[in-house]
Amino acid sequence: MTVERRGWRVRALKLWLPLGFFLIFNLFPFYWMTITSLKPNSELYSRKIMPLIVYHPTLQHFVNLLTETDFLTWTYNTMLVAVVSTAISLVFGVMLAYPLARMRFPGAALISFAIAATYLVPQPLLFIPLADIINRLGLGDTLTSVILTYPTLLVPFCAWLLMGYFKSVPHELEDAARIDGATRLQTMFRVFLPLCIPGFISAGIFAFTLAQNEFLYALIFLTKTDVRTVPVGAIAELVRGDVFYWGQLMAAALLGSIPVAIIYSFFVEHYVAGLTSGGVKA
Amino acid sequence: MSAHSQTIGTRILRPRPAFSLRRWTEREAVFSWLMVIPPALFLLALVGYPFVYGIWLSLENRPVAKPGVFVGLANFITDIHDPVFWQVAQNTFVYTFAATALKMAGGLALALVMNQDFKFKNLVRAIMLLPFIVPTVLSTIAWMWILDPSFSVVNWFLVHWGIANPGPSWLGNPELAMFSLIMVNTWRGLPFYAITLLAGLQTISPELYEAATIDGASTWARFRYITAPLLKPVIFIVTMFSVIFTFSDFQLVYVLTRGGPANATHLFATYAFDVAMSGGQFGLGASIALSMLPPLALLIAGMAWYMRGEKT
Repeated sequence: MTVERRGWRVRALKLWLPLGFFLIFNLFPFYWMTITSLKPNSELYSRKIMPLIVYHPTLQHFVNLLTETDFLTWTYNTMLVAVVSTAISLVFGVMLAYPLARMRFPGAALISFAIAATYLVPQPLLFIPLADIINRLGLGDTLTSVILTYPTLLVPFCAWLLMGYFKSVPHELEDAARIDGATRLQTMFRVFLPLCIPGFISAGIFAFTLAQNEFLYALIFLTKTDVRTVPVGAIAELVRGDVFYWGQLMAAALLGSIPVAIIYSFFVEHYVAGLTSGGVKA
Repeated sequence: MSAHSQTIGTRILRPRPAFSLRRWTEREAVFSWLMVIPPALFLLALVGYPFVYGIWLSLENRPVAKPGVFVGLANFITDIHDPVFWQVAQNTFVYTFAATALKMAGGLALALVMNQDFKFKNLVRAIMLLPFIVPTVLSTIAWMWILDPSFSVVNWFLVHWGIANPGPSWLGNPELAMFSLIMVNTWRGLPFYAITLLAGLQTISPELYEAATIDGASTWARFRYITAPLLKPVIFIVTMFSVIFTFSDFQLVYVLTRGGPANATHLFATYAFDVAMSGGQFGLGASIALSMLPPLALLIAGMAWYMRGEKT
């Protein structure tokens, strides 16, 4: 009420001005990415003309990216790896989270502590020994190498998120199924898990974006062009020596971001629920 | 409870079999462990084993693709006498603390702004998170172009408005390069802070603020005595996450500066990568990576303990 009276000045100062600032700060790189990818080289490498506008938009960089590089292969690899490692992580996540959230067994505290610790072990601590292990297994330059290692980053997270979700589901339905003679496995698959679809979507979306974002393992394990993922392909092959193919780089960055952005836009609420569950739901 | 009643039921009806696999797997502890063991083995093999193996590697002189020789703590002694190592340690601390402080301040500000009522709130929130969800390397490529030595858009405006000519070399000057990295890290991490803190703010009951207002509390007093204490656990967790992942950051530095100019922006992760992957010295690289552990272990242990305590 008071805000209404004091009018739009206060609101502009307290809301729209800072909000506008943050929006511009957050979105400018994406705007810049987009218009750069549409600029012909003559505009790209001119210091005279106003850089925020495209005068003669062209799709040439996109055409070059798709015809001269293996961008489509990288995209396929990225998607395949992200989907498979997300699926593995969800299955393993359930296998850890279900007993930890719904049952009592000796060693549970140890396991849940280990999961939390694993979640927080940063990748750079493991990449050197893992590089050696992957080499010895003969998995260098195969997508298997990253499909195997990405879940190590995703499983602890999925398990943690799902545990939180599982704990919020009431026990009555499971109890009823057990009394009716269902085994524990039947109860879990037929009664419990179908109730947890929103939790799976949250964990899945989050894991998927994390897998798309991974760079270090992909950089080390994948050195051949036909097995590379989009981030590694862009960095390794669109920067040749000191020559940066800026137009193609931006086109690659844009096209590489779009799938994640689209999937994210469909499941924003689930993503935010997953994001905040770690910190907020105490 | 239900399990118990069922066992009694079967026991009355049938003679007790010597051993039933099914009954065994139906026991709570057995079922639980059967579920937990496969993923636990997986994590043990690909997190636990590499971790221990990394410690072993750090005690070896091990060129790529050759058998290692045990050298005890020699790699760590080399690190201690390596001026670059200490520069890297300093860089990492500066980077972590500056970026975390900026993310916290900016994230809290954005969360407070967004905690007001306005149209399209959910849409704005979704858009604000974009820097966090887009693959880091791809958005960093855009930043690389924004900060390009010859064609930086920032410099175009600086020159155009007569503020500086030529514009500064954002990634070529040691101090500016670190500053640029901190800004880009802040750009990427700020939404995570903001959205998580916003969710925390929304769990605070409006009645508390109403009561405080009726009692005559100022805006600052309401923030100081209601918002801040209730938000403290969330801030704590988000900060721990942020510190851990900023401390061990790799992608941003690798893409923007590769540690340069003159090692001014090398962090533990990128330096370990250079030594192990480019230099081919796995043992020495492992010892550098492992040096992250003592400062991080304190944080991780504290955090894991705290999270476990909060959840259960």
